[in-house]
Amino acid sequence: MTALVIAEHDNNTLNPATLHAVTAAGELGGEVHVLVAGEDCGAVVEAAAKVAGVAKVLHADAPHHGYWLAENVAPLVVELAGGYDHILATATTSGKNLMPRVAALLDVAQVSEIVEVVSPDTFVRPIYAGSVLATVQSGDARKVITVRATAFAAAEIEGGSASVESVGAGEDAGLSRFLGQELSKSDRPELTSARIVVSGGRGMGSGENFAILDSLADKLGAAVGASRAAVDAGFVPNDYQVGQTGKIVAPDLYIAVGISGAIQHLAGMKDSKVIVAINKDDEAPIFQVADYGLVGDLFEAVPKLEAEVSKG
Amino acid sequence: MKVLVPVKRVVDYNVKVRPRADGSDVDIANVKMSMNPFDEIAVEEAVRMHEAGTASEIVAVSLGVAQCQDTLRTALAMGADRAVLVETDTTLQPLAVAKLLKAVVEREQPQLVILGKQAIDDDANQTGQMLAALLGWPQGTHTSKVVLGDGELTVTREVDGGMETVALKLPAIITTDLRLNEPRYVKLPNIMKAKKKPLEKLTPEELGVDVTPRLKTLKVTEPPARQGGARVASVEELVSKLKNDAQVL
Repeated sequence: MTALVIAEHDNNTLNPATLHAVTAAGELGGEVHVLVAGEDCGAVVEAAAKVAGVAKVLHADAPHHGYWLAENVAPLVVELAGGYDHILATATTSGKNLMPRVAALLDVAQVSEIVEVVSPDTFVRPIYAGSVLATVQSGDARKVITVRATAFAAAEIEGGSASVESVGAGEDAGLSRFLGQELSKSDRPELTSARIVVSGGRGMGSGENFAILDSLADKLGAAVGASRAAVDAGFVPNDYQVGQTGKIVAPDLYIAVGISGAIQHLAGMKDSKVIVAINKDDEAPIFQVADYGLVGDLFEAVPKLEAEVSKG
Repeated sequence: MKVLVPVKRVVDYNVKVRPRADGSDVDIANVKMSMNPFDEIAVEEAVRMHEAGTASEIVAVSLGVAQCQDTLRTALAMGADRAVLVETDTTLQPLAVAKLLKAVVEREQPQLVILGKQAIDDDANQTGQMLAALLGWPQGTHTSKVVLGDGELTVTREVDGGMETVALKLPAIITTDLRLNEPRYVKLPNIMKAKKKPLEKLTPEELGVDVTPRLKTLKVTEPPARQGGARVASVEELVSKLKNDAQVL
């Protein structure tokens, strides 16, 4: 039994999100192989070969894989699928884009965002915004799976010595072209892997007011997130959104500021180790999941919190 | 350009769903049902294209039990021209849905299919990508902007790092993200008008599609509850507890 993990990368660095899928693949009990499809992505192949638990890295290199278009990567995965019982990727926006296309071409179901491997054909996954957990069994010969990163530890980036095999890169499907990207630039930790996350909601009132969260986050070495309401209001960009249809985070400390706590937001953060809520509304549902709730004006509490933390 | 918009009937987003007592499935007897919110965005986008003169006809499709007609009537009230219901009592999983939609696409020959990026019940986020694969069409998932060009679409996608823009050859699939548009409220006269719009009924058998589920749900449970609810009186107390009790600072 062998599992193939589809690596996510930017042709230079392996996205740490992939390391969680490697761990999930290892729990299936067989060998773990990793596919690195890209353009001039040798550095990623080297990094993937060093990941603990990886036995083999498949390297497909061609200009039409430069931007990871699903129309080009999916047929390549299908070509390689014959040798594998499981095909996995982490449930990032790229993984979500690619894997159902692979599953449909293989005529198999996809099991989305698993949080537990029960056995090689049985998995646990959240449904209804995490209100319930479903244990599902796949009857398909091949299992296509996306993995929720927060539910599996990251595989070690050192300690492996996988063999590397070059594979044919397939052809450009000619259906789609990459035109450009606008990536948020930040010196702060990445939201989904940060140890501390400070998130703001509608209560922040404006994008300018997020400056007090930025300042607190810098003091704590934290990432900054937001509720859907804050993103929809245009306070912050879409990639800040934590929740059912945004990012799923599970940091050691999650500080929710001016967030009421709709179930769709809780779905994205309720597995955090410690949750702090700061809200002026004593009745806000966020307080029901918070370990430490502070009722009060966030514009007073947040600067005071930063000052208090600075005291050391 | 003809546009096809699949719409799903789901448990309303305000309802907190619980497992049945025997843990066999979720208990959705007598709960409020609504159109999947991402599908409302899909219908809205199609209607805006119609209003802008780029969409000539909008066909709404729903798959499932007879009550999906209510969801289709909502789509018609929002501005879809006609509706197709593929009626079945079998629980439909995304692969089966994609196969049924492929059969409908082959009958209707649209140039564009707009779907919600995910349904808020099973949270699968699969159907659009699967349909694109089965048709051999390009896909623009998680879109926040769609611009129609000459024989192709320019699509802006919400990705983990920010935004990405791709060009897709027509015919194409797009799936909607939250920021694509804000769906309109349906006005009463339009609800009345929607009742007179055509609604065609089909079955999976007529479309020649095997909809047997591939995944078996063994059990459904509630996740462990969080022991929250504790309060602190001041910022000083908060920081002290985070440092000394929780030890996260």
